[in-house]
Amino acid sequence: MVKKIESLYTKRNDGRAFDEIRPIKVELGVIPSAEGSAMFQTGDTRAIAAVRGPRTFHPQHMQNPETGILRVNYGMMPFSVWERIRPGPSRRSEEISKVSEWALSSVIDLSGFPNTVVDVFVQIPQADAGTRVAGLNAAAIALAHAGIPMKEMLSAIAVGKIDKTLVVDINKEEEDFKEGEGSTDIPMAITSRKKDIALLQLDGKISPDKLKEAIKMGKKACEKILELQVKVLKEINNKVENE
Amino acid sequence: MSELIIPKLQRERIIEYLEKGKRIDGREKSDYRNIEVEKNVSKNAESSVRVKIGKTEVLAGVKLGITEPYPDSLDEGTFMTTAELHPMASDQYDIGRPGIESIELARIIDRGIRESGFIDFKKLCIEKGKKVWQVFLDIFAINDDGNLLDVAGLAALIAVGNAKMPVYNKEEEKIEHKLSDNSLPLNKEAMSFNMTFHKINNSIILDVNKEEEAISNCRLSIAVGEFEKKLRITAMQKGKEGILTSENIENILNIVGDKWKEMFPKVKKYVFG
Repeated sequence: MVKKIESLYTKRNDGRAFDEIRPIKVELGVIPSAEGSAMFQTGDTRAIAAVRGPRTFHPQHMQNPETGILRVNYGMMPFSVWERIRPGPSRRSEEISKVSEWALSSVIDLSGFPNTVVDVFVQIPQADAGTRVAGLNAAAIALAHAGIPMKEMLSAIAVGKIDKTLVVDINKEEEDFKEGEGSTDIPMAITSRKKDIALLQLDGKISPDKLKEAIKMGKKACEKILELQVKVLKEINNKVENE
Repeated sequence: MSELIIPKLQRERIIEYLEKGKRIDGREKSDYRNIEVEKNVSKNAESSVRVKIGKTEVLAGVKLGITEPYPDSLDEGTFMTTAELHPMASDQYDIGRPGIESIELARIIDRGIRESGFIDFKKLCIEKGKKVWQVFLDIFAINDDGNLLDVAGLAALIAVGNAKMPVYNKEEEKIEHKLSDNSLPLNKEAMSFNMTFHKINNSIILDVNKEEEAISNCRLSIAVGEFEKKLRITAMQKGKEGILTSENIENILNIVGDKWKEMFPKVKKYVFG
């Protein structure tokens, strides 16, 4: 990345390069009673995901005789952030569940499991921004671990614009940056083969050109994440650390 | 919540083993499975812990807030426990409003901590009648392989026992976004922990796994603490529709003493060590 000298954000608070992701830990099979499960940690943001199913979908009228259905349930644990979160669903968690569900649905193929549902449960025990993308990374690994047919793998990252500087894998302190143009958060999920965009959200303000650049950076970061996802699925001891 | 169905053959096998004084996973009747504890799983909590007994795993965390005191205890902090038996942990649990299982579990743990006097609520008063600290204990089941009650109970003790007070800004009357060096005020000697006995046919066993739990007729949870170096029972709860005979109770009370001697120092070490 070229250093943006005119930006108020010239050095990252945790010393990372602008295009550098945080240290990542991946673990498989963290929930033995589930068909598939994984933990994905980037810096201090940790996500765990469990896959249950395919199982018969109740109530019956929700069933689809042509394909199985994916359901994603995302939530943050009450003690995962400084301001305690009340247990149970919120408007935020319902929305994130839905966009995650759309993103994951685009890479899996449940046509072989008509009338069933596959449940993905994502929980965040500790948060330092980027929880939905960490959740997606964990969920994609857990789906593969569960043996759900997948057309592609899915990797996700949050790119940020801090004042005028683009950074990958934005942390909480960067997310809270108020000076200059402030902070723009761009979570995205990229498919492994076609490099398509399966999730894209944006919160802040950015020019079209800068956004193009941000997506490019995100795609590059997802390559690195994909590598680790594939590695853990191939490894026997089920643990990967990149540091 | 749906029930776990155990095939008849497996049920018979478990019972057959128990009649010979054995368990299907090779344990003795009053053996616990392996206990694993990891503290500080969330840097944003006043304290947090991951506890795993066998394959049953629970996360628990403590957060503090400020609230008005209850009218009947104007100079005491308040305490609230929640437990999520999340479908992540088991096929038996559903999304939605907490079922009776999570309510009962949260209440047993809440009572165990509140009534034992483990937390010194008087020291959690900021301004009598107006402002007191509120302690939130949140429990989340990650994987249920039986005996969630005792696993959650141990996690709760460790979370409460290691909590730090946030910094309170007196002038602005609000909590600052950082923890102080002060611990949550405790009466350490008042700590008691939970042991849940299950009855299968006429056998009494501790720390059930999922299959044993599913076929047990009845359970008895006993919270045990120490008073003048001796065992004291501080809370009990009988669960499920089966009954306990006087001999069963006598049997349990005989085991509980030995088990307390073995487990109490261990629990103290997990909580304070």
